[in-house]
Order: sequence, then structure tokens, then C-alpha cells
Amino acid sequence: MGIVPFLVVAWIIVAGLYGIVTSRDLIHTIVCLIVVQSSTYVLLLGVGYVTGGAAPYFWDIPVGTRAVDPVVQALALTDVVVEAAVTALLLAFAVQAQKRFGTLDPSQLAEFKG
Amino acid sequence: MTARQRLWFFAIAAAGLVACLLWAFTGLPGFGNYPGPYGQEILRQAVAQTHATGVVSAINFEYRGFDTVGEEFILFTAAAGMSVVLRRLRKERQTEPVDEAKTRTIPATSSAVRIAALLLVGPTAVLGWWLASHAQTSPSGGFQGGVILASAFILIYLAGEFLTFRRLSPVALLDAVEAAGAGGFVAIGLAAIAMNLPFLDNYLPLGQYPGAISSSGTIALISFFVGIEVAAAFTAIIGELLEQTLLRSA
Repeated sequence: MGIVPFLVVAWIIVAGLYGIVTSRDLIHTIVCLIVVQSSTYVLLLGVGYVTGGAAPYFWDIPVGTRAVDPVVQALALTDVVVEAAVTALLLAFAVQAQKRFGTLDPSQLAEFKG
Repeated sequence: MTARQRLWFFAIAAAGLVACLLWAFTGLPGFGNYPGPYGQEILRQAVAQTHATGVVSAINFEYRGFDTVGEEFILFTAAAGMSVVLRRLRKERQTEPVDEAKTRTIPATSSAVRIAALLLVGPTAVLGWWLASHAQTSPSGGFQGGVILASAFILIYLAGEFLTFRRLSPVALLDAVEAAGAGGFVAIGLAAIAMNLPFLDNYLPLGQYPGAISSSGTIALISFFVGIEVAAAFTAIIGELLEQTLLRSA
């Protein structure tokens, strides 16, 4: 069991990269990049997990209850915000690529260099 | 490079990557055995120190508050960058949304979709506000609440009301709200300096007991400002993308 969450991380990274490499459409490429990035959420939450720990919210459980690490959870939030920002900008570039070259296929875009 | 060559190239590289990842993962302390002392120490101290029962919010808006300023400005910059990248180019003009293929028959948005979307606008907006203003007590906060608040506006668009969406979220207003949200966060931090305290020090009364709506001092206030900033940024980003459909190159 110990290594399974980390195997999931590796699997998500490689699946996303496979999508990027074989992508035929920039929107699809961007979605695949989101998949790659989501592996970091699994990694962060996996690293910070404490066996039997509760969520770090002491609203209905007493302070001092065994809880998972809250710092990596805060980092996961930062991660999500960065992903949203990157996605928004990449989508804007995809819109401009479509306007300028009339295609979103990366293999055809390569021919329009210069 | 042909597609097949590229795939082989990727297969070799991916095998190397997976090998490195697995090697790295075997060096981790193992699932469920997180050794970091920092998080556990915060778990011990946070509720008493900040009167926030949501420790993740306490970290985001207090212990790591300075990082979160940067985080918020990432989103601010992304929204600004988006309007730069998607600015109206030369030879482009904006047209009103008129039907340019009159012979085409478009199925009207079904009443079920319209009613469901419009019915959800109110509850979604309330949920967003609730989340943005309860960072101190529950798994919520400005970032989550802001995104949900923005989706209330997008529901209006989904209901087929693009013009209403544009009227309800004019660019000038969004920009002002975004600036107020981002600036409010920094202003709270600078106010601490004016009182001879460290930047972003929690100088507001912490409330009588942890978990009260009025508890946690600046944490709740910062979360509120982050909430309106995020809501405005996301509405602006979606609006920018939707506006693109109205641009024609002459």
C-alpha cells in the first residue's frame, strides 16, 4: 500500500506527457498539461498524509486530534491557482494561434515558422 | 520527425523518467509517515494563536501570508496578461452578435437548461460568498469561494444570456473589483507596518472563541479580499475568451 499513491503520481505524469506528445490539437495539449500538473496534487497530498489523520479542521474535533499535514495542503491550493493562471494564458495563446494560422494542429503550426 | 519516431523517442524518455521517479519515491518516508515537524507544530499552535479552526486558511493567510500575496498576484497578472494577449489586433473589429448565416437553423437553448442554469445562479452566488467569508472556520476560503462566485456569472452565460453576462460584468467594474481585492490584501499587510508590526501581522481582535464567524482577525478579512479578487479575475478571464467570438478580422 505504501507506494501505491506514488505509483499513481508517476502514472498521471506519464499519461499526461503521452497526451502532449501525441496531441493533434492545442486545446487537447493544454488539457494534457493540466493532467500532468494534477499529478502534483496527488504527490503533495500523498506526501503529507498521516495514517489515521483527520482533516486539519478543528471545528468539530478537539485540538490535538491526529491530523494530516496542513502545510502541503496549503501548497496544493497554491498549485491549483498557478494551474488556473497558466491554463488561462495558454488558452489565450491558442486563440491567437487559431486566428493567425487558422489551425490548432501543432504539426501544421510548425510549418508557419517566422 | 514522423509520429512513429516521436512515439519511440517518447517511450525511451518516459521509461527513464519513470525509473528516476520510482527511485526518488523509494527515498520518501512512505505513505502515512510524514516526518515534517513544521506542519505538526502548526497543528499544535494554530488554533490557539489565530482562533481559526481552519488550519489550512491560517497557514495561507497568516503563517504563509506573504507567499499568498504573491499567489494572488499570479492570478492578477494572468488576467492582465490575458487581456494583453487577446487585445483587439489591427484589422480586427468588434461586431455585435448578429446571425451571419440566416439560413442555418439553430435549436433554441432548451427551457430546461435555461431554467436550471438561472435557478442555480442565486444559490451558487450565496455559496461562493459563504465560502469566501468562512475561511476561518471550515475548509473554504477566498480562492475557492471566488471561483464559485465567478461561476455564478458564467451560469448566466450558459443560460444563453451572453448580453446579460456582458452587462452584469462590465470590464471597467471587473478591473476595479480586481484591483480592490488585490490592493486590499496588500493594504492590510502595510497597515501592520504602519503600526510598527511585521508585514501582514495579525493585528485585529481574534474574537472570543475559535471558530466564531468574527474570529481570526485579519485571516477572515484577507480571505474576503482574496475572494472578490479571484471572482473578478475569473469572470474577466472567461469574459475575455467569450469576447473573442465577437471579433472579426476585416
